[in-house]
Amino acid sequence: MDKVIGILNGMEFTIGDSLLELSYLIAALLFVYGLKLLSHPATARTGNLWAAGGMGLAMVTTLLLHKDANGSGIPLTNVWIILAAIGVGSAIGWMVARRVKMTAMPQLVSIYNATGGAASMLVALLEYPNAVAGDVGSILVTVLGLFIGAVAFSGSLIAFGKLDGRVGDIMKPFMTYINLVLLIVTLGMGVYIVISPNPPAEMVWAIYALLGISLVYGVMFVMPIGGADMPVVISLLNSFTGIAAAMAGFIYNNQAMILGGILVGAAGMILTMLMCKAMNRSLINVIIGSFGGGGAALDREQGNVKEITLSDAAVLMSYSQKIVVIPGYGLAVAQAQHIAHELDTLLEGKGVDVKYAIHPVAGRMPGHMNVLLAEADVPYENLVEMDDINPDMPNVDVAIVIGANDVVNPAAYDDPSSPIYGMPIIDAHLAKNIIIMKRGMGKGYAGIENFLFFNDKTRMLFGDAKSSISKLVNEIKSM
Amino acid sequence: MEQVLQFFFEYKEAIFIIALSIFVGIEVISNVPAVLHTPLMSGANAISGVIIIGGIILVGHADLTSFSLSLVLGILALMFGTLNVVGGFAVTDRMLEMFKKKKK
Repeated sequence: MDKVIGILNGMEFTIGDSLLELSYLIAALLFVYGLKLLSHPATARTGNLWAAGGMGLAMVTTLLLHKDANGSGIPLTNVWIILAAIGVGSAIGWMVARRVKMTAMPQLVSIYNATGGAASMLVALLEYPNAVAGDVGSILVTVLGLFIGAVAFSGSLIAFGKLDGRVGDIMKPFMTYINLVLLIVTLGMGVYIVISPNPPAEMVWAIYALLGISLVYGVMFVMPIGGADMPVVISLLNSFTGIAAAMAGFIYNNQAMILGGILVGAAGMILTMLMCKAMNRSLINVIIGSFGGGGAALDREQGNVKEITLSDAAVLMSYSQKIVVIPGYGLAVAQAQHIAHELDTLLEGKGVDVKYAIHPVAGRMPGHMNVLLAEADVPYENLVEMDDINPDMPNVDVAIVIGANDVVNPAAYDDPSSPIYGMPIIDAHLAKNIIIMKRGMGKGYAGIENFLFFNDKTRMLFGDAKSSISKLVNEIKSM
Repeated sequence: MEQVLQFFFEYKEAIFIIALSIFVGIEVISNVPAVLHTPLMSGANAISGVIIIGGIILVGHADLTSFSLSLVLGILALMFGTLNVVGGFAVTDRMLEMFKKKKK
């Protein structure tokens, strides 16, 4: 391994050096291939394993073959410390991954975003003093890695708090200005560190100051973003952790880190844009957080809501031909996905065609609802995406809305003053009958009045989604 | 202008890698069905844990003769990175397993 096989730029390199770089190339290719497979349902699981394999390979070869600038490998004592740290991290990560409830996936992804961001932030922080004074490129990537990593870290913690109901939305108009000032200060500080001719070892105070402001900025950045925008925020922060990792990759001139990080960064950005499109909002709009702030929505004649009894609902459903279930986060909160599947099997047994209509931002992260229904064994073919179900809505006998609100709010079509005006929705209002299961008359997560509730075709079924559906199941069984 | 060109030339390899990786990332992700958004995100999240390599290098060449804050922070970075990688891949696998189960 230590046999010198050539000289590049005046430096000798060994078989081991070359093998290490080769393993990074393989790892990078496995990341790309894994991600590619991950984007098709049939191959997704294999793709995940390939990517994990690439990561394992890069970890092992780094441990065995990496050398510092003096050409010495990793000493045995350090290897043991590394293995211990990896052991602890793996044990915790594995346990949490096995035990977490599927409803808590958005929280878990936020936590992993936070840990990834923190790791990048710490690596940049610790490598900064080793940078060469005046080497603009390497100081630039260090500063960027620190800033983006820190924002991803503290921002993700706040996102976690919000998703878990521990942190409320704080939206004050002046916060936009505070954030702008913070961002300018952070950028100014970053530029100062990058162009300063002083040796980095003397600038350590500045890098800690930058770390501090970046952490504060991360908190302030996520704080005003409304709950309904969570799918966008999670995916944006995910993109940030990727970019931060890539920046750290430049510090070590490590191609596997660079490629892996940028890949995730770009993919996360695309997903963020998709989510924005699904809500008809621009990214800037989400970040500035003008959502639901005005409260000056159209003051319309509210009319009365009409309730439906369980037995009427049971009869209506049993004698329908076509039913579309529109699930929202309320279904997940009530853990009603399993009983909902019982209901649809029961109805299918009676010859009713039951489909689930999934809005792209149903749930609290992109694609969350699909995971929840998959957990409850709802067949893949019964889940229909919004654009495919909408043309068929006028033929639907009953649209059952369970714990969803904003994604079926017709204000998106006809109320230009509504914050969700222009957002694509599932056209529940076109169905022949609409049954809405809801806990009470509270507003949706976005805090907007929904006029679908006052529609002539709408009947409300108040109560906890899980107990309502199980009562319905019993009612239909006894018919 | 001269400085920009100078910067570009000095870091041309890095800029090439960035540009191509962005393109590959976009290309690979486009047309993903909405069903897979969550697993894709947690899988991508795990890949961003590649920062763990940085952690290994950092702790690997750390000076162990004296106790230092850097060593503690380095070990912390390594643990965070591992959490991200192992947890991310494990939970993605668990989710995709559920998708597969009902295909029968």
